[in-house]
Amino acid sequence: MTSIPDKTELVRLSGVTKRFGGRSPALDAISGSILGGEITGLVGPDGAGKTTMIRLMTGLMLPDSGTVEVLGFDTAQNPAAIQASIGYMPQRFGLYEDLSVQENLNLYADLRGLPKNERTATFDELLTFTDLKRFSDRLAGKLSGGMKQKLGLACALLKKPRLLLLDEPGVGVDPISRRELWKMVENLTREGIGVVWSTAYLDEAEACNAVLLLNQGKLLFSGKPSELTARAEGRVFKVSGMSGRKRQVLAKLLDQEDVIDGAIQGEAIRIVTGNSALPDILPAGDGAAVVPAPPRFEDAFVDLLGGGPGGRSKLAEAQQTLPAKDDRPVIEAKGLTKAFGDFTAADDITFAIRRGEIFGLLGPNGAGKSTTFKMLCGLLKPTAGEGRVAGFDLRRDAASARNQLGYMAQKFSLYGDLSIGQNLDFFAGVYGLSGQRKRARVALMNEIFDFGRHAGQSSKDLPLGLKQRLALACAVMHEPQALFLDEPTSGVDPITRREFWTHINALVEKGVTVLVTTHFMEEAEYCDRISLIYRGRSIALGSPDALKASVVSKDNPDPTMEDAFIALVERSETGAKEAA
Amino acid sequence: MWWTRLRALIVKELLAVLRDPKGRAILIGPPILQLLVFSYAATLEVRNVDVMILNRDSGHWGQELVERIEGSPTFRRIDIAANPDQVRQAIDNQAVIAAVEISPDFSRHIEAGTAVDLQFILDGRRSNASQIVSGYLTQIAAGLAAETPAGKRATARAVSTIPRNWFNPNLTYQWFMVPNLIASIALLIGLIVTALSIARERELGTFDQLMVSPLRVHEILIGKLIPPMMIGLFHITAYILAAIFLFELPLRGSLFMLYGSSLFYLASVVGIGLFISALSMTQQQAILGAFLFMVPAMLLSGFATPIENMPDWLQPVTLINPLRYFLIVVKGVFLKDISLAEVIDQTIPLCLIAMVTLSAAAWLFRRRLE
Amino acid sequence: MSTSSISGRMRRFAALVRKESYQAMRDPSTTLITFVLPLILLFLFGYGVSLDVTRTRVGLVMEETTPLTQALAASFQASRYFSVTTRQDRRFFEEDLVNGRIRGILVIPAHFTTDYAAGRRPQIQIIVDGSEPNTANFVQNYAQGTVANWERQRQTLIAEEPSAITVEQRFWFNPELTSRYFLVPGSIAIVMTLVGTLLTSLVVAREWERGTMEAMMATPVTAIELLIGKIFPYFVLGLAAMTLCVLLAVFLFGVPFRGSILALYALSATFLIPALGQGLLISAVTKNQFLASQLALISAFLPAFLLSGFLFEINSMPTVIQWVTYIVPARYLIPSLQTVFLAGDIWLMFLHSMAVMLLIGGVFFVLAARSTRKRIG
Repeated sequence: MTSIPDKTELVRLSGVTKRFGGRSPALDAISGSILGGEITGLVGPDGAGKTTMIRLMTGLMLPDSGTVEVLGFDTAQNPAAIQASIGYMPQRFGLYEDLSVQENLNLYADLRGLPKNERTATFDELLTFTDLKRFSDRLAGKLSGGMKQKLGLACALLKKPRLLLLDEPGVGVDPISRRELWKMVENLTREGIGVVWSTAYLDEAEACNAVLLLNQGKLLFSGKPSELTARAEGRVFKVSGMSGRKRQVLAKLLDQEDVIDGAIQGEAIRIVTGNSALPDILPAGDGAAVVPAPPRFEDAFVDLLGGGPGGRSKLAEAQQTLPAKDDRPVIEAKGLTKAFGDFTAADDITFAIRRGEIFGLLGPNGAGKSTTFKMLCGLLKPTAGEGRVAGFDLRRDAASARNQLGYMAQKFSLYGDLSIGQNLDFFAGVYGLSGQRKRARVALMNEIFDFGRHAGQSSKDLPLGLKQRLALACAVMHEPQALFLDEPTSGVDPITRREFWTHINALVEKGVTVLVTTHFMEEAEYCDRISLIYRGRSIALGSPDALKASVVSKDNPDPTMEDAFIALVERSETGAKEAA
Repeated sequence: MWWTRLRALIVKELLAVLRDPKGRAILIGPPILQLLVFSYAATLEVRNVDVMILNRDSGHWGQELVERIEGSPTFRRIDIAANPDQVRQAIDNQAVIAAVEISPDFSRHIEAGTAVDLQFILDGRRSNASQIVSGYLTQIAAGLAAETPAGKRATARAVSTIPRNWFNPNLTYQWFMVPNLIASIALLIGLIVTALSIARERELGTFDQLMVSPLRVHEILIGKLIPPMMIGLFHITAYILAAIFLFELPLRGSLFMLYGSSLFYLASVVGIGLFISALSMTQQQAILGAFLFMVPAMLLSGFATPIENMPDWLQPVTLINPLRYFLIVVKGVFLKDISLAEVIDQTIPLCLIAMVTLSAAAWLFRRRLE
Repeated sequence: MSTSSISGRMRRFAALVRKESYQAMRDPSTTLITFVLPLILLFLFGYGVSLDVTRTRVGLVMEETTPLTQALAASFQASRYFSVTTRQDRRFFEEDLVNGRIRGILVIPAHFTTDYAAGRRPQIQIIVDGSEPNTANFVQNYAQGTVANWERQRQTLIAEEPSAITVEQRFWFNPELTSRYFLVPGSIAIVMTLVGTLLTSLVVAREWERGTMEAMMATPVTAIELLIGKIFPYFVLGLAAMTLCVLLAVFLFGVPFRGSILALYALSATFLIPALGQGLLISAVTKNQFLASQLALISAFLPAFLLSGFLFEINSMPTVIQWVTYIVPARYLIPSLQTVFLAGDIWLMFLHSMAVMLLIGGVFFVLAARSTRKRIG
């Protein structure tokens, strides 16, 4: 068959504005279009308006002004006609967790009016396509995140839609599953289906045919991602071979006037400059080399937002340098094992984290990285082995150990009904700060993070960036020796993420030790060392550069962190098969 | 140090309940509703009764009886039936709760001084109300009987009975209801607030945040225990004020004893709440759990019906119900001026229940951390 | 369009019903609300809550002991309503009355015998615990009754005048006045309120919370199909819970069943319409399980309990509250159920109740459908 990709316009947005309550609009006069036969990325940090935009396209929500035309129908006039020929996967996949895979498919087949005689073939095709055949009797709630997502996709595809709307299909799904899903969706576009893929991950955006880049309800860019990326062409450089500590170097580089963005990448530093002149790399030392590097979507996005923050962290400046009393590791895992019934979630995990080191735990969902993380901050009791923080055994001296650690959870998990000030007071209190010192620390946090204007607002109503700052403030209020960060920046905009890492980098330089779990490959690059956890075991441990180097091949001479992740997991997979 | 931590926790718990509009609504809505609806609507008194009379007597005495029934303030509508069929229909369709049938020779028998029957037909589907109505009708009939020639002779030698209502001379229903409400509002609010507190933190993910802080398990429990008790005391106080100033109840005993005992009562209620909370994973389960405890606790407390009316094998079950003991204290202090010894007698079981439920909650809580 | 054809509509509807039934069967909270709670409630009303006063503890003070007072005391002791302790001095009982260990004190005064003989109308004091007005009333009435009976018997014994008017009471439908007979049918209405309103509001709110409602709405399903498909299984569950309760009522609690099965199901099915409609409305408005459960308890469970005539006489309530009771569906079901059980089929009454319940249900459904139109936010 020679189906020529159909590039007709499927969605047309003209001047779409949507407001919730009296605050600034969730979508502000957006115009644009979505074509068939390609993947259109709806890109932006959380709260940018992505979900609202998708709901407007389904006809489940109407714009306050402007019009949304989908498949030639106005969503306000004829939502039923639209709903009959689109596929929609909402954020949590729209599955019934207490129905089995097959029952979910049956339900959606009936609702979408899939003729009985086509069912066997369609189910077969979709189950093969999503590799869920083996699990067709399993309850959807018992599937892993990646499998749920595939099932959600299968349900949305039952009656081949002309337009497929996917709301953040990549959230909570590990890189391997994400890649598989991407391939499936790409196949669909060959048949002329238009796909809208909303995401906060900028590397996903880069792979789309077209993007609509949203930030705070405004459309910043619309077009091919490469067009945006090209704007940073010639302004991106990689600095390597520096003498001195890379984090200090980065901080100094960021403080230079013409450097608008910078990030650590293994042993090197990537910087983006305001003009295409070669940057001054004096802070990097004599032996340092600077070479131009290919720009990425994210560089251009940061540029579009007016550049990242400077390299100074007032937070770290206010912190005393922690004296290096001895060489004892600050966080230590010795043979940590956790079994739930006959399922071993973490198996004999051992590592030691030195003072002033950033240590990353990476791994697919359900591989055991959260279990390991939770055992080390005392939330789970290990079945065997021991964990130590700042020299305190977590089983015997849990309270002393906890006094030395700061914790930042995956989701925003402060008290949403309390204001910023009340949250700060609470955390100061539970960490035993009182009187003068408490007032001083709270005042300092207010000053550093600039909470002033929002101080009285309930923290659940804050913008995401501010929530993230508040979470960091609460975690470091008592000047802990060790920081535990559980996917600290998922969903936040790149500027907030830069700012966050500027603080963390500076704190590390003061002797704070960091343990971080992340899905973000870019975040992994900030780590000094990484342990890759898969099926409950640590399958690789080393610096980001070492891990990347270990998977270099002829096909891929310069692997990214994500490539390394996937290759290492696959290697362990085949190793396990051969052993068996 | 521990006090700083604990104070921070208590302040946070209070703010978490009071800053959230939903939380505030739960603290204010149901209590007002309960106070108004229960104290005014939940009455076992019977008023505004509709009755039917089938008067087949044409004489004076039948007419006199009809007039007396019509004149009684208890009855609202008096229907006069023409035949027994109408009586049957009116009772069947619950148009009236009772019917009086006066026989054709009613007056004749009375004049003759011979015995005469008067028939009351009552709706047994509402046996409670109809018994009371029957009481009213019987009194009217007795009043009439006393004036008949035979009655006049009989009453000359009759024994009279003098009712005396101690503690509540006019048997005002609200004097009974409002003290009951004081005890039950603390149960309702204390249980819901506590049961939700841990479950909510689990759902929002803040529970982990608490567990990684240096707070010890017992500090968390105490921090979860005190705020609901403070809220419970607030409600008790508000209801006591309403009882005195709105419903004009006498306060005969010592408020000091009432508050002393209420601390133990609240501790036992909150202990049960914490136990439910530690047991449930979601807010949903916590609410259902609280509900599952609350309904039997209300029904088996002596609030709705006296415990001694329950079957013997069921009565021991009420021994573990904190409401049972505190009801006696509240009513005792308000209406009866009960002695300190009696208050202590009722408070000791409360103390035991609190100890058992709190230790069980602590145990469960620790086990859940594994 | 082909999607709105009759067969497509039926297929979608059947699919929704099937889905909902699977879910209902797999969710433990369904079992809890549909079968465990009813058992507990029925059990409590069958055994725990009894408005029948049997053997109330009273103290009897005999300030003099003569054959006459002993005869009177004997008739108190013989009464099936009292459990009597006899003493000579009332002070002995006063503290017991304060502490609630006895509910009343009956005092036969000194000189009773001489006064009686002289026709000086001796006075028997009946002191009751006014802090329990119901019990107080019962003790007063039964004590007076006992005295009157004693007198009547005495008069007949000495063969004097017969009493002037003898009252003959006939309690139709429930001659023994067993309160269980009307409490158990009433509690069936409460159980159906729980299943119809509380459970339904929870499951629909859950769909909103979990985002599945949104996925449903983006399919060709119409709002009406969605609503009806959603509640149909709970309609069946409501009837199942009712059936369970009726079986228990008849076979465990021995409540007579004099009406027809047809009337029972017709009434229950009609009642479920407003109950389910209210559940749908609550969930559509709150879209949140926590709020939905609170609202269902306050707006459905409590009114079914308090404002339905189940325990408390509606006629005795203040006028404003009486108005409110007119929109409580249980107000119409409870008397009809009590009738089906105790009296038999009285269709005039049933049809009236059913018409009003349908009307209330219709209003709830219109409101629910309006707020569940296929739009979010």
